Amino acid sequence: MFVSFEPDAAETVVFEFEGQKISAPRGASVAAALLASGRPSLRATPVSGAPRGPFCMMGACFDCLVQIDGVTVQACMTSVADGLVVQQVPRTMSETQSDHMNGDGGFVEHVK
Amino acid sequence: MSNKVFDIAVIGAGPAGMSAALEAEKHGASVVLLDEQSQPGGQIYRNVLTATRRQFTTLGSDYAKGAALAKPFLESAVMHLAGVSVWQVTQGGHIGFSKDGKADQIRARHIIVATGATERPVPIPGWTLPGVLTAGAAQILLKSGGFAAPSAVLVGAGPLLYLVAAQMVAAGSPPKALVETQTQKNLRAALEHLGGALRGWRYLLKGIGLIAQLKRAGVQRYSAATEIEISGSDCAEAVSFKAKGRHHRIEAETFLVHLGVVPNTQITRSLRLEHRYDDTQRCFKPISDAYGHTSSNAISIAGDSAGIGGAVVAALSGRIAALGALQKLEMIAETTRDEVARPLLLKREKELSIRPFLDTAYAPPEEILRPADGTIICRCEEVTAGDIRRFAVLGCKGPNQAKAFGRSGMGPCQGRFCGLTVTEILAKETGQSQDETGAFRIRTPLKPVTLGELAAYEAE
Repeated sequence: MFVSFEPDAAETVVFEFEGQKISAPRGASVAAALLASGRPSLRATPVSGAPRGPFCMMGACFDCLVQIDGVTVQACMTSVADGLVVQQVPRTMSETQSDHMNGDGGFVEHVK
Repeated sequence: MSNKVFDIAVIGAGPAGMSAALEAEKHGASVVLLDEQSQPGGQIYRNVLTATRRQFTTLGSDYAKGAALAKPFLESAVMHLAGVSVWQVTQGGHIGFSKDGKADQIRARHIIVATGATERPVPIPGWTLPGVLTAGAAQILLKSGGFAAPSAVLVGAGPLLYLVAAQMVAAGSPPKALVETQTQKNLRAALEHLGGALRGWRYLLKGIGLIAQLKRAGVQRYSAATEIEISGSDCAEAVSFKAKGRHHRIEAETFLVHLGVVPNTQITRSLRLEHRYDDTQRCFKPISDAYGHTSSNAISIAGDSAGIGGAVVAALSGRIAALGALQKLEMIAETTRDEVARPLLLKREKELSIRPFLDTAYAPPEEILRPADGTIICRCEEVTAGDIRRFAVLGCKGPNQAKAFGRSGMGPCQGRFCGLTVTEILAKETGQSQDETGAFRIRTPLKPVTLGELAAYEAE
């Protein structure tokens, strides 16, 4: 569990993750804000459904994937902003709108 | 962007990139620098221009030094493209990138790659569980946002492990314990390099100071730990290991793993530059000469992406690589290059003298370099070490074949966190050297880019 060692240092913004309002210091990444809100786990892997969360915090590992406006992005490379709506990445294609694809061993979509 | 062709494009705004850009600009070159972050500094000096006083006292004086580089860089005439993600670099000097959801391209006569390092993979059972992060990640959280995890357990080896632990103490959230892998045998082997270590006495002194700081703070340390395993159901809950013949189990919410850093070779690999395996640093490095020239005429490399040397070495290498590039472009004479570079080269050699000692003392242990069969080594595709060994039995000779056998390296991280492990395991199983075994072939796009971004760009 990560906590801010300077809770009053920066102004805060309020964003949304899976329908819940979360406040975070302006300038923080979505991944940092979610870690600090006590959410180390952000998604389930497409292969086995294992839980995953931020690991490298520098855009290299692609474990902290979330969805913003339907596009999969790295939470550690995205800054929080007032009113930003963040959602979990669906585990497989079958959880999204594509009925014609079966969801076994789905993949992370880079492209929508 | 406009059709302007820059003299030099630099990729990465860490100490190497900023120094290279400043040096090139000083000699009259037109320079563009592309970087992923909104502010210059790279990972080592991340956020240095907006850090609070509390962050400076927490992170220490070496971090604060970054401002002396970042400030002049921002004030210079160098064109700073911040917040961009570079997804293509070509031998012809084209760099394709995305910024604010738009794809774009620039061209330069010479490219200096200064993309720094990434954490060496630490494949131990449970390293994929939420709550397990790299030590570098913990440092990034301290630097940007001022977040620290109280009572974390640090696992692994290397100078950065002590630095992060000491910074966490300074942040008022000391770690619960350090579970270290280095052994007496590592240390004895390192003593062969004591001469170099003494030349780099400042580094030694800093390390000794950090360890003393941890002792004063009462942080429990275990060394020569083996059979390290992190366990938990939905999140990491405990680490168990063996040290001095006894089994231990420590419960925590946050675990920070680290076994040193390795060159980030994504761009140099994608350019098909020649690389060589470094036996001491246990990683691949692009082959480069003193001036950072690579196997391609138009590409130079500087800083940790050329081989791990740390921030001071990176800054010197950046300047040296810029001088080399300027001479190649015939913008300065060879005599000028040599004259300006001479003191920099000497200083760099002195700063590097500590490295063999550190690399040997904190060498990654065999049981993590080539983990037991059940351990996941490819985080994205959940491929285990045992899977790779089975591929070898079936006749798989190298990492690129391993992709076809079982998808390792084909996930979104593009092999950044499994490449070295796949090479190490296959080398051992096939009886080849790491160079013979090779590494993943890296292809464009180096970072995700949407079809929409590309289509909009092509339409212009």
